[in-house]
Amino acid sequence: MGLVLDKVRRDVGAVTHIHETSLRLEPGSLTVLLGATLAGKTSLMRLMAGLDRPSSGRVLVTDGAAETDVTGMPVRERSVAMVYQQFINYPNLSVFENIASPLRVKGLPATEIETRVRAMAAIMKLEPYLERLPLSLSGGQQQRTAMARALIKGADLVLLDEPLANLDYKLREELREELPKIVRGSNAAVVYATTEPQEALLLGDCTATLSKGRITQHGRSAEVYRRPRDLITAQIFSDPPLNLLPVSRRAGQLLLPGGAAAPAAGALAGLADGDYQLGFRAHHLTLRPQSAESLSFAATVTVSEITGSESFIHLACGADDWVALAAGVHELEPGAQVTVHVDPASVFVFAPDGALAHAPSFLAAA
Amino acid sequence: MSAETMTQAVPAAAATTASRRGFGVSGGGITLSLYLIFLMLPIYWLVIMSLKTNAEITSGMTLWPQQITFDNYRTIFTDASWYNGYISSLSYVAINTVLSIGLALPAAYAFSRYRFLGDKHLFFWLLSNRMAPPAIFALPFFNLYSAIGLFDTPWAVALAHCLFNVPLAVWILEGFMSGVPREIDETAYLDGYSFPRFFARIFMPIIANGIGVTAFFCFMFSWVELLLARTLTTVNAKPIAATMTRTVSAAGMDWGLLAAAGVLTLVPGVLVIWFVRNHIAKGFALGRV
Repeated sequence: MGLVLDKVRRDVGAVTHIHETSLRLEPGSLTVLLGATLAGKTSLMRLMAGLDRPSSGRVLVTDGAAETDVTGMPVRERSVAMVYQQFINYPNLSVFENIASPLRVKGLPATEIETRVRAMAAIMKLEPYLERLPLSLSGGQQQRTAMARALIKGADLVLLDEPLANLDYKLREELREELPKIVRGSNAAVVYATTEPQEALLLGDCTATLSKGRITQHGRSAEVYRRPRDLITAQIFSDPPLNLLPVSRRAGQLLLPGGAAAPAAGALAGLADGDYQLGFRAHHLTLRPQSAESLSFAATVTVSEITGSESFIHLACGADDWVALAAGVHELEPGAQVTVHVDPASVFVFAPDGALAHAPSFLAAA
Repeated sequence: MSAETMTQAVPAAAATTASRRGFGVSGGGITLSLYLIFLMLPIYWLVIMSLKTNAEITSGMTLWPQQITFDNYRTIFTDASWYNGYISSLSYVAINTVLSIGLALPAAYAFSRYRFLGDKHLFFWLLSNRMAPPAIFALPFFNLYSAIGLFDTPWAVALAHCLFNVPLAVWILEGFMSGVPREIDETAYLDGYSFPRFFARIFMPIIANGIGVTAFFCFMFSWVELLLARTLTTVNAKPIAATMTRTVSAAGMDWGLLAAAGVLTLVPGVLVIWFVRNHIAKGFALGRV
């Protein structure tokens, strides 16, 4: 079953946590809520779950063409499951009883509970720990217990609030692979909140980017990534942070900060005169020119992070802080002078109000 | 300083520490023993008195009973005016403990989970009830209970003690409940639990240690408190401590009998501590009291 938020808004005291938001979640889809900490991901999920009541607007559950208003309905009467960022399990119940809990409440026969819990435990790799208490398990096992409990009852709406944030690297990768497979089979609408753009691209059919209590864009993940509607969305969907360069275009010339000028060539030729922000992701800022039209900048290295296969080079270029991505190991001392290049073909252009003025062609934005 | 002098200095220092530590252990041992003797002496004296005859008690000092007698205990267990004292004491303490925890659980849950107008003031005001001396409540309670026919029943004392124990119980339980993440409650609702079922099946077991600690404190206060208990009862619900003070003058001082009653009065406290000792240790570590 799907879920519809209809002009939902949430105020707490004088503060607006969620500005008027409308959103449609299709059954059987996995939607990623992408946003920085405090963007309102948890607040929005709590509205979806019915744990908080919207100050105005309606929450609807869709079943085919039928819509049911569930605003204000107690959560226990809804069909919702939620996994929190903190590991939340009943500390007094064994792992088995934790997972079985929603089924016990439903009053299913013991044999069926037994089979279903064992099957879920197998998927979550919890079989050896079923008799233990949750607090005696590692963080990853605790979170998998919480996820097993959330998934076992086959709820129509499954909310995962940064479930992998507190897990170690290896486990995250494993669960990140498992999770979509587990939820794909069901008819549920799954919402997954995260701060990491990679997770949105890896997991989600759809991504909704969230900033300061507003959904800035909602669409297919690749679409949002390649054609962000505005600067905020592009920034939310970039890690390392989007590199920004303020420019103005006058009579076919791009005036760069510091007084330099470059011909507005290639993809930037079609723009009207005016002030713009150029935005480009780290992997488009390189140490070697990509084409004859590349813009070149002198920059000072501040830090270089080497992961092995690639190096993130943090740069100061005039007043701007940039990150460049270079393949392989580049041992650059802080303070070293480098020339970096960006191809205009892969640059986003934003108007002064943040709206997207020009996006690179679909392939170049990849 | 050269490395050589340093290496020489180290064993010397180690030797000093070792000798000090050796002295420290025996010194600590002596201190501890003295402390324990000092602490246990009155209890020991009470116990041996209860096993002596009156003649032996009054004739001079003996460190242990010359002739052990259980007559004192036999009197208490066979004489209704004695054992009824224990029964009424235990009944009002039990009623009070159950009432206090029963009333404090929902109140503490509200204080820990909800924000409402004046919640912090109300919470502090509750505790300020504990600051009032019981004596000032003796007269109003006496008059009130006489008027409504509660006088001289275990309920009279149990209800009066609630005035002090409910605030304390709320205060202690709130600390334990606030230690349980709110998300546990929400998870239970999402799982389909109703509130009463969640409270009984999930929440109370989680704060079991807190309930143990609270029960302990309620018991302690109610068992030890004498002023209200004595004022609000006469014959039928007379607490054991009152029985002890009132029988003194019957036929002179019955020292041995009094000592036996004293020993028996200690027993419930010891039993309660024994049963809740694990809860108390865990409880004090987890929550705040």
